[in-house]
Amino acid sequence: MELFELTLKQAKELISKNPSKESELRNSLADRVKTLDPKVKAYVNFASSQKGSEGKGALSGIPISLKDNIVTDGWETTCASKILKGFVPPYDATVVRKLKQSGAYIFGKCNMDEFAFGSSCETSCYGPSHNPWNLDYVPGGSSGGSAAAVAGNLAIAALGSDTGGSIRQPASFCGVVGLKPTYGRVSRYGLIAFGSSLDQIGPITKTVEDSAILMNVLAGHDERDSTSADVPVPDYTSFIGKDVKGLKIGLPKEYFVKGLDPEVEKAVRQSVQVFQDLGATVVEVSLPHMKYAVAVYYIVAVAEASSNLGRFDGVEYGFRAESSNLKDMYFETRDQGFGAEAKRRILLGTFVLSAGYYDAYYLKGLKVRTLIKQDFDEALKKADIILGPTAPTPPFKIGEKMNDPLSMYLSDIYTISANLAGVPAISIPCGFSSKNLPIGLQLTAKPFEEGTLFRAASAYETATKWYEKKPKL
Amino acid sequence: MSNVYEPVIGLEVHVQLKTQSKIFCGCSTEFGAEPNSNTCPVCLGLPGSLPVLNQKVLELGMKVGLALECTISNLIKFDRKNYFYPDLPKAYQISQFDMPVSFKGHLAIELKADDGSLNEKKIGITRAHLEEDAGKLLHEGVRDGSWVDYNRGGVPLLEIVSEPDLRSADEAFQYLTNLKSILQYLDVSDCNMEEGSLRCDANVSIRKKDDAKFGTKVEIKNMNSFRAVQKAITYEIKRQSEALNAGEKIAQETRLWNESKGQTFTMRSKEQAHDYRYFPEPDLVPFTVSKEQIQKIKNSLPELPKARMERFKKQFGLSGYDAYVLVSEKPLGDYFEVCASEKVNAKLASNWIQSELLGELNTRKVSLQDSKVKPKDLAGLVRLIENNTISGKIAKDVLPEMLETGKSAEEIVKDKGLVQVTDTKLLEEVAERVIKANPKTVEEVRSGKGQAIGFLVGQVMKETQGKANPKLINEILSKKLSS
Amino acid sequence: MSEKINIEQIAELARLNLKPAEREKLAKDLESILAYVDQLKELKTDSVPPTSHVLPLENVFRKDEVKKTDIRDRVLEHAPKRESNFFKVPKIIEGA
Repeated sequence: MELFELTLKQAKELISKNPSKESELRNSLADRVKTLDPKVKAYVNFASSQKGSEGKGALSGIPISLKDNIVTDGWETTCASKILKGFVPPYDATVVRKLKQSGAYIFGKCNMDEFAFGSSCETSCYGPSHNPWNLDYVPGGSSGGSAAAVAGNLAIAALGSDTGGSIRQPASFCGVVGLKPTYGRVSRYGLIAFGSSLDQIGPITKTVEDSAILMNVLAGHDERDSTSADVPVPDYTSFIGKDVKGLKIGLPKEYFVKGLDPEVEKAVRQSVQVFQDLGATVVEVSLPHMKYAVAVYYIVAVAEASSNLGRFDGVEYGFRAESSNLKDMYFETRDQGFGAEAKRRILLGTFVLSAGYYDAYYLKGLKVRTLIKQDFDEALKKADIILGPTAPTPPFKIGEKMNDPLSMYLSDIYTISANLAGVPAISIPCGFSSKNLPIGLQLTAKPFEEGTLFRAASAYETATKWYEKKPKL
Repeated sequence: MSNVYEPVIGLEVHVQLKTQSKIFCGCSTEFGAEPNSNTCPVCLGLPGSLPVLNQKVLELGMKVGLALECTISNLIKFDRKNYFYPDLPKAYQISQFDMPVSFKGHLAIELKADDGSLNEKKIGITRAHLEEDAGKLLHEGVRDGSWVDYNRGGVPLLEIVSEPDLRSADEAFQYLTNLKSILQYLDVSDCNMEEGSLRCDANVSIRKKDDAKFGTKVEIKNMNSFRAVQKAITYEIKRQSEALNAGEKIAQETRLWNESKGQTFTMRSKEQAHDYRYFPEPDLVPFTVSKEQIQKIKNSLPELPKARMERFKKQFGLSGYDAYVLVSEKPLGDYFEVCASEKVNAKLASNWIQSELLGELNTRKVSLQDSKVKPKDLAGLVRLIENNTISGKIAKDVLPEMLETGKSAEEIVKDKGLVQVTDTKLLEEVAERVIKANPKTVEEVRSGKGQAIGFLVGQVMKETQGKANPKLINEILSKKLSS
Repeated sequence: MSEKINIEQIAELARLNLKPAEREKLAKDLESILAYVDQLKELKTDSVPPTSHVLPLENVFRKDEVKKTDIRDRVLEHAPKRESNFFKVPKIIEGA
C-alpha cells in the first residue's frame, strides 16, 4: 500500500511507531499531487507546504489540507476569488491553531467555489476542480477541492466549510465522508464568513473514524467566537464500532418525491435495509416545511453574505482597481474583483435587506426558519437520526448547470435545512450510479449528537465497506 | 431677530466610553498612539475575524442610562449598520437598532430666570445605545488622497439621542454642560471634545410659534466645542428664519459648521438618504439583563450633580446658583467639599473658589487638578479672612503668591508681615491724622456726601500699608465724623 | 407576482459598477430567484418568532483587558497602497 493511500488513523499509527515515516508520507503525497493535481485541480496553493509539524499530539506528523477560506498565517488565502488575491493573513484560524498544537501541519489550500457560493466548485477564479471518479464531472461544492483531494488520495484528510451543504454534497459526489458539525461546535474564528448564522467548519475524510479523530481536535469552545458553544467535547472515537441495535431511524416522507434521481433513491432505500439488518428500526417522520428551505436560505444566507462581503473594497488588503478617486475605487474594485455568482448573491442579499423589503423577505425568511427548526425538533423526538440522500442526483457534468442558477441551488435541497436548524449532519458513501459515480447517504441528528452520527455511520461503513473502492486516477 | 419662529433642537452626542480595551477586541483604547499600532484582526475587520463584547462596555452603558433616568432593556442586541467608507473596515458598524441598552429618559437643565433664580426644564432622552467607533481619515498634507488610521476603530461609543425638546442655543449649551457633568461624575468618559472623546451633532428646525408640526430638520456637524455648538445653532436659526422670511424652503440636508467663517455650509450636494439595511448581528448573541443586575448598578451609582447640588444647598446653605456652579464640574465640587470640610465659612469658600482661585488658575492656564493650592490650603486662606487676620483685599495678593510658591497662606502672611492691623487705638490715631489732613473731604462727608468717606478710608489704608481692615476703618471714621 | 428589480439602485448600494452586458442578465436572474422565494408567502407566520440565532446562547463577554497584537507591519506590508504607517486611499470627492 502506498503511503498516500493511508487513512488518517493508519498514518497516525505508522508515524507513532516510526517517526521517520512523517517525511516519507509528506514526500509521497507531494509527489502524487505534483503529478496528478494538474488534472484534478484540487489545490490552489501548494508550493509553500513543505514545512513539517511543529508540535506533538493526537495528530503528530499528519498533513491536513484546508479549504482556501480558512485563514492561514503567512499563507495567501483567497476564497478562490480575484478580490482576495494577495491577501496574506497575519493570523491563523482557531482550527489551524488547534491542528498545529496537536502536531498536524498544513499541507495545502484547496480549491472551492468563490466565497463558498456554489455547489459544483465551478465558480472558482482558478477554474473548476474535477471529480477524481470522472474528470468530466464536478466534485460538488463549495468544498469541491477538499473532497476531490481526499477522494483522489491527494490528501490524507481535509477541512471544508458548510453553509448549505458545502461539505456534505461534495463528500457525496466524491464518495468520501463529510461532516457538518452542530452550529457552534467548531469555532468560526478565521473562517472567512459567508452566512454567519449557518457556517461551520468540518472534516472531509476517507473514513468515519478519521472524521471522529479530527473532530476530537477541532471541536470545543473558543473565546474568540461569541457563537461558539461551551459544551463539553466527548471522545468521538468512542462511538466508532458501537452497534445500532434499537437505533430509531427517521425517514421523512417529504424526502422521496419527484426530482429525486431513481438511482439515488434506490441506493438510499438499500441503505435503510442495511440499518434494519443491523438491528435499527425505521419510523416515519415529517419535515413539512422542507420544500421552503431553499427559498429561506436564498434570503437569509445571501443577506448575511452581502453584508459579510462589504469589506472587500480594496482599502486594506487584496485586489484594488487603480482609480483616481475613492468612489471609482469601490465600484471598480468590486465589479472587477467578484465573479458572477458572488455578484448575484450580493445583489440579492442587498435587495432583501433594503428599505421597504426587509419585512417581506428577510424577516419572513427568519420566521420560516423557525418553522424549519421546529420540524427538526419534532422529528428528532421520534427518531434518533434522520436518514436521506445527501444530493438529489449523482454528480453532474462540468458546465451542465452553470446557466441556470436556480437549478444549481436546488441541488442543495436535502442539505440546506440542517444549516437552517443548526443540527449536525454527515454524508457517507452508499453506492454508485450506473455511470460509476458516487452516491451519498445523509444522516442528521440532534444538536451536539455528533456521537450518534458516528455510531450509525461507522456501523453502516463497516457493513458495506464502500470506502474500499477507489477512483483510478 | 424675529420672534415669529420657535427653534426646535435635538442633539446627538457620541461619547467614548473609558475602558482599557476596545468594545469587541483586546486592543488598547489609548489616545495618541502610533498610527495603526492599536489594531488586531478584529478591529481591522480582517476576513475571518469575529467580535466579542467587552463586559465593561455594557456596564458603563447601563450606568449612563440609569443616570439619565432611562429604562434599561431586559433584552439587548446588536445590529449591523451597513455602509461604505474607508474608516469602516467591515463596511458595517456594529450598533444597536431596535433593542438599545437604554431608552426613554431625561436630563434636567437649569435656566437662569431674570431674578437670578433657576428654573428647571426636563429634556427628553430618546435613547442611549452602544456602538463601535470608526477609524480616522487624514486629508491634510496628504498628496492625492487620504490616509487611514484604524487605532480609533472599535473604541466603544455610547450614542445619546435627545428628544427635540431644546428651544434655544443656550438650552443646548446647558444640556451639553449638564450631560458632560453627569458623565464626569460617573467617570465613564474623558469628555474631551478636542481629543474626540465627546462629539456632538445638532438637528435644527424652526416653526411658527403656534405651529404643532415641526419644520424641516437640518443636521449640523463639525462643531468642536460646546461654544461652537451654541454659535452654530444660533447661526442656523438665523439662517433658517431669514430663508423662510424670504419665502424660501428649507432643504433637508447635512451642513458643516465652519468655525473660522462662523457659518454653516452644505455638506452634500446630492442628498441621498442612507439605506443602512439594519439586521441583527449574527456574530454576537443577545444579552439579557435581570432586574437584580440593574438594581445593583443603580445602587453603585455615585452621587450625581443634581443630588449633590441639593445637598450643597442644604448642608452648606449655598444659594441655588452657587451650588449649581460648584457641582457642574466634578473636580470643582470635590475641591469645594474638601475645602468646606475644613470648617470654614462655606459661602466665603465658595466665592473665593469661584471668582478668585479659578480666575488665577485660568490666567496661568493651570487646571484645578494641577493647582498648587490644594483645598486645604485655600481653606487656610479663607480662615485667615474669616478671623480677620487679613482683609479680603490683602488675601487677593496672598493667593497668587500661594500659587507661585506653593507656600501656605499662614506662612506668606507671616513672612511678609501682612497681618491685618486691628489695633483700634492705632487706627484711631491714624484716622485722626487723616481727618486733620483732609478738611475738604471731611466737609463733604459732614454735608451729606457719604461716598466721600471712601477717600478717607483709602488714606488710612495707605498709611497702614493696606493692612488695616477697611470695614473697621470705615466704622472708626464714621464715628469720628459724626460726632 | 414578480418583484420588478431596480438593478441600478441595488448595484449602487452594493458598490458594484455593473457593465451593461451583466446588468440585464443579473436583473433577470434576480427576478427569477425572487419569484421562487415568493412561495414563502403561502405560509402564515404572524405569530412565529424570527430565528436570528439558532443556538440559545446569551451573554457571551470578554473581560476589559488589553491584549497586544503586533500585526500592523504584516498587514501594511500587503496593503494595496501604503504610505508610512497608513493605508492610502484615493481622493474622496463629494458623493462617495
